[in-house]
Amino acid sequence: MLQGFVNSIDPYFLQILVNIGIGIILALGLNIITGLTGQLSLGHAAFMSVGAFAGALLTLKTGTPFYLTLILSGLFTAAVAALIGWPILRLTGDYLAICTLGFAEIVKVVFLNLEITNKALGLTVPPPQTALPMPVIVLIVAILTIIASTFIQNSRFGRALKAIRDDEIAAESMGINIARYKVQAFAVSAFMAGTGGCLYAHFLGYINPSDFGFLKSVDMLSMIVLGGLGSIPGAVFGASILSAAPEFLRFMSQYRMMVYGALMVFLMVFRPNGLLGGINFTDLVLRKLGVRPRGALRNLEEKQ
Amino acid sequence: MTALLKLDNATIRFGGLVAVNGVNLDVEEGEIMALIGPNGAGKSTIFNLITGIYPPTEGGISFKGKSIAGLQPHVIAGGGIGRTFQNIRLFNELTVLENVLIGAHTRGSWNLTGALLKLLPPVRREEGRLLELAIHCLSQVDLAHKAYEQACNLPYGEQRRLEIARALAIEPALILLDEPAAGMNPQEKQTLLTMVRNIRASGVTVFLVEHDMKFVMGLSDRIAVLDYGVKIADGKPEEVRANPAVIEAYLGKGATN
Amino acid sequence: MFLQQLINGIALGSTYALIALGYTMVYGIIALINFAHGEIFMAGAFVGLLMVGVFKLNIFLAMACAMIFCMIMGVVIEFIAYRPLRKSSRLSAFISAIGVSTFLSSLALMVFGANAKGFPDQAFPSQQISIGDADISTLQLLIIGVSAVLMISLEFIVQKTKVGKAMRATSEDYNTAALMGVNVNFVISFTFALGSALAAAGGVLVGMLFNAVSFNMGLMAGLKAFAAAVLGGIGSIPGAMLGGLLLGVTEVFGVAIGYSSYRDAIAFAILVLVLLVRPTGLLGRKILKKV
Repeated sequence: MLQGFVNSIDPYFLQILVNIGIGIILALGLNIITGLTGQLSLGHAAFMSVGAFAGALLTLKTGTPFYLTLILSGLFTAAVAALIGWPILRLTGDYLAICTLGFAEIVKVVFLNLEITNKALGLTVPPPQTALPMPVIVLIVAILTIIASTFIQNSRFGRALKAIRDDEIAAESMGINIARYKVQAFAVSAFMAGTGGCLYAHFLGYINPSDFGFLKSVDMLSMIVLGGLGSIPGAVFGASILSAAPEFLRFMSQYRMMVYGALMVFLMVFRPNGLLGGINFTDLVLRKLGVRPRGALRNLEEKQ
Repeated sequence: MTALLKLDNATIRFGGLVAVNGVNLDVEEGEIMALIGPNGAGKSTIFNLITGIYPPTEGGISFKGKSIAGLQPHVIAGGGIGRTFQNIRLFNELTVLENVLIGAHTRGSWNLTGALLKLLPPVRREEGRLLELAIHCLSQVDLAHKAYEQACNLPYGEQRRLEIARALAIEPALILLDEPAAGMNPQEKQTLLTMVRNIRASGVTVFLVEHDMKFVMGLSDRIAVLDYGVKIADGKPEEVRANPAVIEAYLGKGATN
Repeated sequence: MFLQQLINGIALGSTYALIALGYTMVYGIIALINFAHGEIFMAGAFVGLLMVGVFKLNIFLAMACAMIFCMIMGVVIEFIAYRPLRKSSRLSAFISAIGVSTFLSSLALMVFGANAKGFPDQAFPSQQISIGDADISTLQLLIIGVSAVLMISLEFIVQKTKVGKAMRATSEDYNTAALMGVNVNFVISFTFALGSALAAAGGVLVGMLFNAVSFNMGLMAGLKAFAAAVLGGIGSIPGAMLGGLLLGVTEVFGVAIGYSSYRDAIAFAILVLVLLVRPTGLLGRKILKKV
């Protein structure tokens, strides 16, 4: 029945929807390390690539069931991130950024030369044998990612990350193990990028190492900065706009990328904190619902 | 009585500059100890040595009888030393409450799994406990009513108090206050005086760096004086006030007025 | 063989250094990774090509035209896309720079098409000179010579002139320099002009070296030059020169010993390794924790 519903949607529109879903997963992943922890990554496409190839190879070589493949490719990507994160996350600011960029270029070139990734020819991935149609799976994973991100942001773990972003010295003076939290944030971030990559590989049916170059990393970064750095609705919004924008600008054909570039400049000049930056959605929603956000606090004060 | 905090010949050099030179210092449990000295004497550097921001070049630092020299700042904080900063270092983009919740970091234990299993009772219990602790610390500095404001929007004096609340949330045995009264008006200073006394009364040892002589003399049990990285005096406020070396190095100008 | 590869490496490295200087100067002054710098390099190559191909100018005049064109371009880009963002977060300015970069490369794609274009042969009739068993082309010598002259002039401007002093003051401390009466806006424009001129010269030289000018040549060259700047210690002018040469030479030797398919990874592998040992680059200042 679900399959029937999915089939009734215009395939072109469906493609855009899936792109948006994958975009959301990737953007929220990057948001954990860059938006929440404040560590600029210019090489996140590499994690997407690792997840995509890990997933594709699991499907091709072992025939692992798709859901397991999805989780395993995420975990494998997280492990890779933790491994490279230990040494490079000691670097600060732009030195870290260029290191992630360098790492991504290395991954791309290595994959272009490895036998197992089929060198520059790339891999053709058969569509997964699942009860749920692919677009529905992407939708579910995107929603799970949104929920996980929201949970992380409002937890002891997420607060530690935000503390590191705002002031590392103050954070470590509060007992936060900066190195450990950075690596963990990097791994979680990579897990999301890896699952996003795995979905991408199986939905598209074909992957090539060159698809995950620097420009892909920049795409992801643009999504979270345009939406508003560190904001989950911002990341979702940014991912939706930027995943769909090239398609909607298609009528301008050759001017498309020019307009896209100019739009980025204008958006930044007129809204430097992103489209949704600085808006507190929890407060907004609570107020709409007539709930006073300080209710919980008042109860506590009365108890004391 | 053994000292809670003990500096033994603590020394740090930055290149050729000896910022802190062979300082011996004891802070006894339950006292309010002050460290004074002219600008650039190395007072804040001593705090940075104690909290592990800089490792000492030479000498030892022990806390509760155990050496903490060279340990990472987060380990030292976890061991029960809270601090504030001379140049306020709040988490500016976060709310007042979140700032203090981050201070309570070491009082919790649920990590990434906790974040993902947020709705399970043990995680929620811990969050509730941390929230209660944070509110308690905020009310100690009279800021509970501002819990949901953004930290950077507080007036200066309240930012200083928020830093104290954040350090208290560690539930420290020792709290280091780096110029807590700086930039406050006399009335605010009076309030602060009471707050610091209450903090000591609640069982936390206080070690502070301060410029305001009246504030220090009225508050401290003992005072150490630092000049050019060397400790030149140590004793009760009236002893330090009468010490010729101190008058020469520091109070000289004040004493002639 | 060794000498041959060394010269090849130095020639390639000098062009990286020329581009890297623009990154490092801009970064030193406003802490921005000027991502559009690679596109300025590309524009320089195209202007040089037009001057030689259409207007039949001699190569040095063509290079001068390219440098002037790109100086104006750099100043205009800063004015439109970075100046309004000077007080915003650095990431916003960086995204704006990416926007400029996307805009310029797609503009070039539209105007010049997707195919790479070569310099006409008469642009610089290159000859081979044999020194020992090494064959060195006069083109390589030209590249090394021009780069050396430009870098020495840059060093002169930065160290000996009044505006150079203002540049150094601004990069030391932006706010203090402004308070001391340095016209910071002018200094920033001047820095963009200088960096862009060097990139333009680099573009013309690279265009001749590989005999290919294309709309997307700025991306990889820009990334590698940026890597060179960071390798040397970003913000440090001698660092950018050293980093550029080092990357050029290692890349050429890497290819020579048989890692040609890893060509683009070599630069980054070196960068990552060096940063792990020296977290602020070869000549970068150590960052002291300020509390």
